[in-house]
Amino acid sequence: MAHYKNHILVCGGTGCRASQGEEIVENLKQAVADNSLENDIQVVRTGCFGFCEKGPIVKMIPDNTFYVSVTPEDAGEIISEHCVKGRKVERMLFTDPETKEHVSDSKDMGFYKKQIRIALRNCGFINPENIDEYVARDGYGALGKVLTEMTPEEAIKIIKDSGLRGRGGGGFPTGLKWEITNQVENDEKYVVCNADEGDPGAFMDRSILEGDPHSVLEAMAICGYCIGGSNGLIYIRAEYPLAIDRLKIAIEQARELGVLGKDIFGTGFDFDVELRYGAGAFVCGEETSLIHSMEGLRGEPTVKPPFPSVSGYKGKPTNVNNVETFANIPVIINEGAEYFASIGTEKSKGTKVFALAGKINNVGLIEVPMGITLREVIFDIGGGIKDGKKFKSVQTGGPSGGCLTEKHLDIPIDYDNLLACGSMMGSGGMIVMDEDDCMVSVAKFYLDFTVEESCGKCAPCRVGNKRLYEILDKITQGKATEEDLGILRNLGNVIKDTSLCGLGQTSPNPVLSTMDNFKDEYMAHVKDGKCPAGQCKDLMEYVISEETCVGCTLCSRVCPVDAIAGDKKQPHVIDTVACIKCGACMDKCKFNAISIQ
Amino acid sequence: MAEIKLADSKVQELKDVCKKFEYDKGELINVLHAAQVIFGYLPAEVQEIVADELKVNIAHVYGVVTFYSFFTMTPKGEHPVSVCMGTACYVRGAEKVLDEFKRLLDVKVGETTPDGKFSVSSLRCVGACGLAPVVTVGEKVYGRVAPEDVKDILSEYN
Ligand SMILES: Cc1cc2nc3c(=O)[nH]c(=O)nc-3n(C[C@H](O)[C@H](O)[C@H](O)COP(=O)(O)O)c2cc1C
Ligand code: SF4
Ligand code: SF4
Ligand code: SF4
Ligand code: FES
Ligand code: FES
Repeated sequence: MAHYKNHILVCGGTGCRASQGEEIVENLKQAVADNSLENDIQVVRTGCFGFCEKGPIVKMIPDNTFYVSVTPEDAGEIISEHCVKGRKVERMLFTDPETKEHVSDSKDMGFYKKQIRIALRNCGFINPENIDEYVARDGYGALGKVLTEMTPEEAIKIIKDSGLRGRGGGGFPTGLKWEITNQVENDEKYVVCNADEGDPGAFMDRSILEGDPHSVLEAMAICGYCIGGSNGLIYIRAEYPLAIDRLKIAIEQARELGVLGKDIFGTGFDFDVELRYGAGAFVCGEETSLIHSMEGLRGEPTVKPPFPSVSGYKGKPTNVNNVETFANIPVIINEGAEYFASIGTEKSKGTKVFALAGKINNVGLIEVPMGITLREVIFDIGGGIKDGKKFKSVQTGGPSGGCLTEKHLDIPIDYDNLLACGSMMGSGGMIVMDEDDCMVSVAKFYLDFTVEESCGKCAPCRVGNKRLYEILDKITQGKATEEDLGILRNLGNVIKDTSLCGLGQTSPNPVLSTMDNFKDEYMAHVKDGKCPAGQCKDLMEYVISEETCVGCTLCSRVCPVDAIAGDKKQPHVIDTVACIKCGACMDKCKFNAISIQ
Repeated sequence: MAEIKLADSKVQELKDVCKKFEYDKGELINVLHAAQVIFGYLPAEVQEIVADELKVNIAHVYGVVTFYSFFTMTPKGEHPVSVCMGTACYVRGAEKVLDEFKRLLDVKVGETTPDGKFSVSSLRCVGACGLAPVVTVGEKVYGRVAPEDVKDILSEYN
């Protein structure tokens, strides 16, 4: 990056691209050319900055000005004002919601202050399609160090000492896994990167692959050296076209540079990486299913043992790790085990990436030290609940996790604490819910997912989850009894205890945790036939208050089924038979005249 | 189902793909991905060719196609609408948006309108959760979609 005076970093993550990120890049380049600044300014498309809520993001280097919610039309002004006249464009700066002041450097924003970026160290800094930029930030240095200065056992010891645990959900110690795979005798072994990312509403792994693909390739090669294997496979969802493209480019460039392929760094070590595509089955994130899927079969899990480390892809020892797990490896090698182990709690070291989403002000991708509290994440980083509503629950662990509540907000986040309160770390989805969310419906939403994704191999999961779903459905219709609640709990526990794989063993968690933490809400549905959050359609009616309505007609204009009648300046009335309960009218009424009963 | 006549050139393209993968049974999923790109979907006729070329049982191919939700045996509409039903979009009201598409187009999820113009499906997280609820029509992504926006989105394609 040496010869340009200024760099303009434009977010090329999926979120920002969806809001015209590409056009912004084009327009910026055009404006640079229009001002004859091609030799001074380079426009760089990076990976996700994390602050997706305020995207598209444009960051100016070297002064670190961070522009938010940029549109393609803003490009000219950025160049003419910021670059030519040296004046910051105030209106595009982030406004601190509390002080109402403009903040220009991202490190002064609440969103970034408490973050520590290890796995995401390069996301939003480098052009993922240019290996030189990765190399300029110590890239492939860790691989060189391991290959030329260490035995596999020495490198494994560093990973073990760092305390790194698997970021794919299970939390198994990574160094130990490598050691086990290393010790199995076989002349052919595989390194597999699990990029299936099945948790709906999570995009950590995808962002790492889109923003910093080389960190994963480098780590896979290190792993290959440590376990004694020269074949790497990345199992990636076919639904991630951008990540796939960037990986393909990265693999190509790594081969050209000689950091993948034969005789890497002249040490005689060979390693190469190929891609394998998933095809939309959540269970394929489970490592035995994933391996079957890579073999061209239906992705059904098999009983462990044998573990993949002993017998995996094509019956060979196979070390499976998650994307984020791998992304940590080069830093651990470069900075040392002690550095990594100095961050976090006693049993969970380092950082964790979360995809923070839902009813929160700052939706985005964050990386925080283990041991941070949910309160800090939701209120300090996440900026609190949207539209001034009240916090109700936070869901971690996706379909395998649980819904935590107010009383859990001050618990330090780590693997063991989350398990102890009925949820789990999972792969890093974190969905925040407010007072308008019905927890029975949320549980039903997850069960709907599980039922759809169960592979059907074992009965407790195939049949049991369906029953759970049916009972939840009855509850949301106000047709369930207290007895049903008992069945729900017992059946949930049976499914957990008797299912074959992790999917079934954890699928009742969303139900059980909401039953524990939101008992009153379940009772309100069952005993009073009421949905306190006003979400369950069968239990509610939209009505307009005759006193409050001023007859502005707005509601009748947004109603998709013309269910609202009334003359101008006269109170309006909803036809409850025609109403499809979409809620549009209530959202629109500026006079709070519409309520749910 | 009525027999479908597949274009010879496309059939040849598929056979070339099988050859490129050296007729390796282990590459079945990659072959099916390629086949879906060529034909847009995987009707029985396409599955038969794949089975013949890779020398596997047709039941096995069918088993794999039906296992993975990415593979579809029905053709998509000219403008495939996908509503994200990932958790982030769900809690921001995606279900109501999906309902509105279903209502206006009078189809169920997974179906195509009789004129072949639109198909409606749901998917799980397109990675733009900051824009929830998210809808995609073909390659185009729509963010922060409310039920009342649905009519306007559809009219862009009419
Ligand atoms: C139903 C199910 C889904 C899973 N999905 C994923 C996934 O999407 N990504 C992932 O890395 N691990 C997933 N796992 C965990 C993997 O089985 C495996 O433990 C992990 O990839 C190991 O890597 P790690 O030790 O680096 O976490 C899933 C497990 C289960 C039971
Ligand atoms: S628990 Fe569910 S997903 Fe796992 S093997 Fe049994 S049926 Fe399949
Ligand atoms: S939007 Fe509110 S105030 Fe206006 S007519 Fe409807 S109910 Fe009355
Ligand atoms: S809830 Fe929806 S359908 Fe019912 S009256 Fe309001 S806008 Fe119309
Ligand atoms: S996609 Fe641009 S900040 Fe996340
Ligand atoms: S959940 Fe819809 S984009 Fe992520």
